Amino acid sequence: MSEWVKSERQAERERIRRSHARRSASIATASTVVFIVLVVSVVTNAPGWPRVQEKFFSWKHFADAMPDVASGFLLNIKIFLIAEVLILIVGLLVALARSIRTPAFFPIRALATLYTDIFRGVPTILVIYLIGFGLPALRLQGIPSDLVTLGIIALTLSYGAYVAEVFRSGIESIHPSQVAAARSLGLSHGKTMRFVVLPQATRRVVVPLLNDFISLQKDTALVATLGPLEALRQAQIHVTKTFNYTPYLAAALLFILLTIPQARFTDHLAARTRRRRGA
Amino acid sequence: MSILSIEGVWKNFHGHSVLRGIDLEVSSHEVVSLIGASGSGKSTLLRCINLLETVDDGTILLEGEDITDPRVNVDDVRKRLGIVFQAFNLFPHMTVLDNITLAPRQVHRVAKEQAEEQAHELLARFGLADKARAYPDQLSGGQQQRVAIIRALATQPKLMLLDEVTSALDPELVVEVLGIIRELKESGMTMILTTHEMGFCREISDTVCFLDGGVLLEKGPAERVFTDPENPRTREFLRSVLATRRF
Repeated sequence: MSEWVKSERQAERERIRRSHARRSASIATASTVVFIVLVVSVVTNAPGWPRVQEKFFSWKHFADAMPDVASGFLLNIKIFLIAEVLILIVGLLVALARSIRTPAFFPIRALATLYTDIFRGVPTILVIYLIGFGLPALRLQGIPSDLVTLGIIALTLSYGAYVAEVFRSGIESIHPSQVAAARSLGLSHGKTMRFVVLPQATRRVVVPLLNDFISLQKDTALVATLGPLEALRQAQIHVTKTFNYTPYLAAALLFILLTIPQARFTDHLAARTRRRRGA
Repeated sequence: MSILSIEGVWKNFHGHSVLRGIDLEVSSHEVVSLIGASGSGKSTLLRCINLLETVDDGTILLEGEDITDPRVNVDDVRKRLGIVFQAFNLFPHMTVLDNITLAPRQVHRVAKEQAEEQAHELLARFGLADKARAYPDQLSGGQQQRVAIIRALATQPKLMLLDEVTSALDPELVVEVLGIIRELKESGMTMILTTHEMGFCREISDTVCFLDGGVLLEKGPAERVFTDPENPRTREFLRSVLATRRF
C-alpha cells in the first residue's frame, strides 16, 4: 500500500469549507453586535430611562446594600442545602410507596398518591403561608417555631411531590425485562427495586432532578414572606429605607451567579448521557 | 425420575388461547427442545414454568410440588430454576462479576468471597476469565449471552430454561453460545430449550416436542422426530425450516 497523498480535489474541498466557516463566524459576530446596539439604544432612548437608571442601576445603592444582601444570601444557601437533602429522601420514599402492590400497604400507597396530587396543585407560596403561620398556631408539643425551619418544611413538602414524580417516572422507564430477569433469579420485589431498578432509575433522572433543584434555589426567596432575613428580605429592607430598587438587582445578581454554574453543569451531564447512549 | 411434569396446561391472552392443554414430562438430566413456528407457544410455556406467567388451567409439578398452587412461594420456586432470555437481559449498571454474584449473595446468602470465587471459576470455564470487571455494553452479543447463562448457572438450578438464546446473535457468534449449552449437557444439566437452530436441536436434544397453535402435536426422540416425523404438520414445518436454512 502506498501512503495517502491528499488529492488536488480534496485540497480544493477543504479550502472551500474553510472559507464557509470564516464567513459564518463573521456573520454571527456582526449580527450579535447589531442586536446589542439595537437593544441598548431602544432602552436608553426610552422616555423613562433616566429615572429607571437612577432607581434600578445606582452604583451607590448597590454598594450600600450588597454586604447585607450577601450575608442574607448565605441563609438562602443554607435553606437550599438542607431542603435539598430532605426533598430527595421524601421524594424517593413517596415514589417507592406508590410502587408497592402489597394489599396491606394500600393505605400508604393511597396516601402517597393523595400527597403528590395535593402538593403539586397548591402554589408553593401558599404552602409556605399555611405551614409557616398555620403549624405554630396549633401550639402542639414539639412543633418547631423557628421560621427558617418552618420554611424548609414547606419547601420540602412542595418540592417533595415533584421530585417523587420524577423518581417514579425513572422507575417506570426501566424495561420490564430487567424486572423479569431479576425476579427469575429469585430476587424479591424489594431486592429487585434496590439492586436492579433504582440504581438504573436514579441515573436516568439526574438531569430532571438538577432542574428541579435550580428552581428550588430561587424559591428559597419565598421564605422571605415568613420574615427570616434572607437575601430578598434584606434587599426589601434597604428598598423601604431609600426608595431605590437597586438592592433587588443585587439580590437577583446573586441568585443568577449561583444558578448559572448549575445550569451549565446540568447541560454537561445531559450531553454526557446523550453521548453514552450514542456510543 | 421426573423433575418436571406439566399436565393439561392452558394459557389465554385477551381471549385467545396460546397454550391449549399441554402435557409434558421431563426427567433428570434430560434435554428437551421445543420447536415450532413463532407464536406456537414455546416461549409462553417456558414463562409459565418460571411463573413469569400464571397458567389459566392445568398443573405444573416441580420435583413433585405443585407450583401452580396460588399459595406457593414464588421466589422459592425460582431459586430452583435458571432462565436465559433471547435478549440476554443483563443488568447494564453492574459489572459481569456483579451480575453473576447478585443472586447467590442476595438470594442464596453465599458469602462475597465464595460467590466471587465461584463466578471466576465459571467465567474461566467458559472462556471469559478476562471479562469479570467489564460492563455488559463492552461485550459482544455472544459474550453477553454466555454471561447470562453463567448468571443463571451460578444459583445452581435444578432445571435450566433457555428461551431462543441464539436468536438475537450474529451467525458467527451463535457457535460459542451453542458450545456452552453442549458443555452443560455433558455435565448432566436438565434443560428445556426453545430454538430455531434445527441442526443443533437435533444434535443436543434427547426429546424434541413440536408445538403448533398451542398444541403439542408431536413428541419423541430427536433422531426419530427429525428423520421420520409422524404428524404431517411436523413434516411440513421441518421441511420448510430445513429448506431455508442450510446446514
